[in-house]
Amino acid sequence: MRNRQFTETLLTVENISLSFGGVRALSDISFDILKGEVRAIIGPNGAGKSSMLNCINGFYHPQQGAITYKGVRREQMRPHEAAEQGIARTFQNIALFKGMSTLDNIMTGRNLKMRSGIFAQALRWGPALREEIAHREYVERVIDFLEIQHVRKVPVGQLPYGLQKRVELGRALAAEPELLLLDEPMAGMNIEEKQDMCRFVLEVNEEFGTTICLIEHDMGVVMDISDRVVVLDYGRKIGDGTPEEVKANPEVIAAYLGTAH
Amino acid sequence: MPQAAATSDDTFPRLLARNARERGGKPAYREKEYGIWQTHSWADSDAQARDFAAGLAALGFKRGDKLIIVGDNRPRLYWAICAAQMLGGIPVPVYQDAVASEMAYVVENAEARFALGEDQEQVDKLLEIRATVPALQTIIYDDPRGLREYTDLVSYAAAQAKGRALRQEKPGFLDAEIAQGKGADPSIMLYTSGTTGRPKGVVLSYDNLRVTAQNAADFDGLVEGDEILSYLPMAWVGDHIFSYAQGLSVGLTVNCPESAATVMTDLREIGPTYYFAPPRILENLITTVMIRMEDAGRLKRSMFRYFMALSQRIGGALLDGKAVGIGERLMYRLGELLVIGPLRNTLGLSRVRVAYTAGEAVGPDIFNFYRSLGINMKQLYGQTEASVFVTMHPNGDVRLETVGKPAPQVEIKVNDNGEIMFRSPGVFLEYFKNPAATAETKTPDGWVHSGDAGYLDEAGHLRIIDRAKDVGKLRDGTLFAPKFIENKLKFFPHINEAVAFGDNRGFVSAFINIDLVAVGNWAEKQDIAYASYQELASHPKVHGLIAEEVAQVNRDLAADPKMAGAQIKRFLVLPKLLDADDGELTRTRKVRRGFIAERYGALLKALYDGSKAAHIRTEVTFEDGRKGVVEGDVAILDVPAAEPLRKAG
Repeated sequence: MRNRQFTETLLTVENISLSFGGVRALSDISFDILKGEVRAIIGPNGAGKSSMLNCINGFYHPQQGAITYKGVRREQMRPHEAAEQGIARTFQNIALFKGMSTLDNIMTGRNLKMRSGIFAQALRWGPALREEIAHREYVERVIDFLEIQHVRKVPVGQLPYGLQKRVELGRALAAEPELLLLDEPMAGMNIEEKQDMCRFVLEVNEEFGTTICLIEHDMGVVMDISDRVVVLDYGRKIGDGTPEEVKANPEVIAAYLGTAH
Repeated sequence: MPQAAATSDDTFPRLLARNARERGGKPAYREKEYGIWQTHSWADSDAQARDFAAGLAALGFKRGDKLIIVGDNRPRLYWAICAAQMLGGIPVPVYQDAVASEMAYVVENAEARFALGEDQEQVDKLLEIRATVPALQTIIYDDPRGLREYTDLVSYAAAQAKGRALRQEKPGFLDAEIAQGKGADPSIMLYTSGTTGRPKGVVLSYDNLRVTAQNAADFDGLVEGDEILSYLPMAWVGDHIFSYAQGLSVGLTVNCPESAATVMTDLREIGPTYYFAPPRILENLITTVMIRMEDAGRLKRSMFRYFMALSQRIGGALLDGKAVGIGERLMYRLGELLVIGPLRNTLGLSRVRVAYTAGEAVGPDIFNFYRSLGINMKQLYGQTEASVFVTMHPNGDVRLETVGKPAPQVEIKVNDNGEIMFRSPGVFLEYFKNPAATAETKTPDGWVHSGDAGYLDEAGHLRIIDRAKDVGKLRDGTLFAPKFIENKLKFFPHINEAVAFGDNRGFVSAFINIDLVAVGNWAEKQDIAYASYQELASHPKVHGLIAEEVAQVNRDLAADPKMAGAQIKRFLVLPKLLDADDGELTRTRKVRRGFIAERYGALLKALYDGSKAAHIRTEVTFEDGRKGVVEGDVAILDVPAAEPLRKAG
């Protein structure tokens, strides 16, 4: 639990509704994300958390509602637009290139920032080479930051799960995002890996001022590291506020935290 | 401006100044940062150390002040050692993996007012200490990561900026300070980890370190430009003599790895010419090689076996320049091309001219492995109290079972109790604030009690049996040397650590730690499923594997008439790894037998009362200081004794 003040709105979600055929994944959801905060989305399985992230970065297109990001209101966000506008994300099921090294995976995070054409890049000649070196330098800082120097050249598929998660975070960081969406960054990790991941998330937030929106199941983690929490249940928003407020909300307790019988 | 050149170069700050003058542009330190090796020349190192020294002075550091230094091997930390010395202060490097309470003892005992921590992890510990040890005032940090919201700290860069300002204001100040230092002054304080009791601060003078370092360098023919990878703790006297004292005296290039986890890669990239590794690391390297060879294809495996067997037969002899038949010589050449050379290269040891191991007795098979690869692996015997070097193997006269001949200017004798005593220019000044311990260890005429039992053989080589106080007897009077037995067990890649008991008992028994990597790999091949170390350690098939290895040790022991009676009758596999955080090992990873016997008293009792199993419940400390509990039943296994060999005729 942290007491920090934020004023500037980075992203606003207004009355978003999303259905797949007859299934309502999200109904009439509104909330905002302030610049610089750690915002958590929680809820039981199937509550619509990942769908919400997918709407924010334009992977899903909601039937109703709008998303305002950095002052621009859009009915639909497109994935490449989201990426170009500084939204990066990680996935619940790791989506790395398993046969490529840690370094190469993170380099792909710089792709949008490369100016030279595909052929120049392939031949690594002249300006393309200089550009690659400059990007490599940034990637090395990310590697240093996440303490994964020892697996720099190891194919990602050979790494333990916790490290793969870290590499995925690295790839997202390489894009120098303003808004970082993390889909269950600590799922399936042991306590030590979770602690490390928490530390990295907080450090990204504090050192780079990156705004973070994360989905997480581990309540201890959520309450400790987030500034504000949105609670979803069956596609509806049932709570929104600081961790204390959410913890005290009877509807949230009933739906998610469980009641004391 | 008066130059330090006028006096002889008898302190490290003056040696650094000399190096900056005479070999200014040559590489002094390299550090891998952001994936690239960054080089600092001697001139740059001297300037950096001077800036930091003046910065310390600006922060109020006085002559005689202590500077606690804690972190991984980094050029900036080595410069900090020299910086404190420039001001007539005494640097006190501390083991970086020590928990705050352990570190607090050193900080308090040393009466340090200043501390330098490498990163947030170390700074957190220092801040915790500052809350209870008021003498500690100024905390300096190197890596700013995660420290943005901390207050009341000074960054290394800020200290250097203050220093530059001071140097401009008073240009002659630092040289005058450096000129005040004398060779006989205390130069560093190193706390010995100590297998018993509280650590003691060993005070070494410039002369101690400088003369000993130079003697050993001459002995091995080290020259300017030799490369060393400094990856062992800076608080350990070995690193201090290799990376700092010899580095400055000879002009070695000191390479600092990127992180503890990348040492193997960094080793390969640097290819050091002068290499030190404790037996434990040599063992781990072999284990990794063996595991990877087991996974290799059939052709590669048989080539590996054939050429390793050949090189084990003749590699050592070739290295010592002894006669070898022409046929074998040719095959060795082929092996060199196909297996041995590439293997040496993979290990990062192709350029090594001089390699040492020490700290614990090294298993002959481990030692042989490296020598047969054509690596000039030697042993030395040393102590903090001797500025390391007591004995060392001369080139071309390497004997597996000895630790070498007395180093230059070192005298050795064995006293009536069988304890080795030595006298040398490296003998320490004193234990800090502990005259009683000093008097107990050092005689008025400069002889030091080593605490080790051993003897000089016919060839003038020293042989170590065990710690003098550990050598015991079984009830029937048979000699019991626990470490001797433990080392035999530890050679098996499946056994990570062993603790033997038997002093004043009817027979020898042992606690064994399995090696998670090696046994895990073996278990996979046997289709044994396991979820944790504890589960693997209690699997009956694993017990069978270990029992076979213990029986092999018994057969070896039976072959030695002095040891035949001290065979292992019963053993058990501990459900948890012995760990320095739980106080079971020292920070240099030596087993603390007494402590372990006490902690696992119930298990030890069961070994001797004939039980088939025992229950254990013990606390473990995790790396972040939290505690957990390991609980379970431990099986106790019997091993048949081997018949002593009788020589025919």
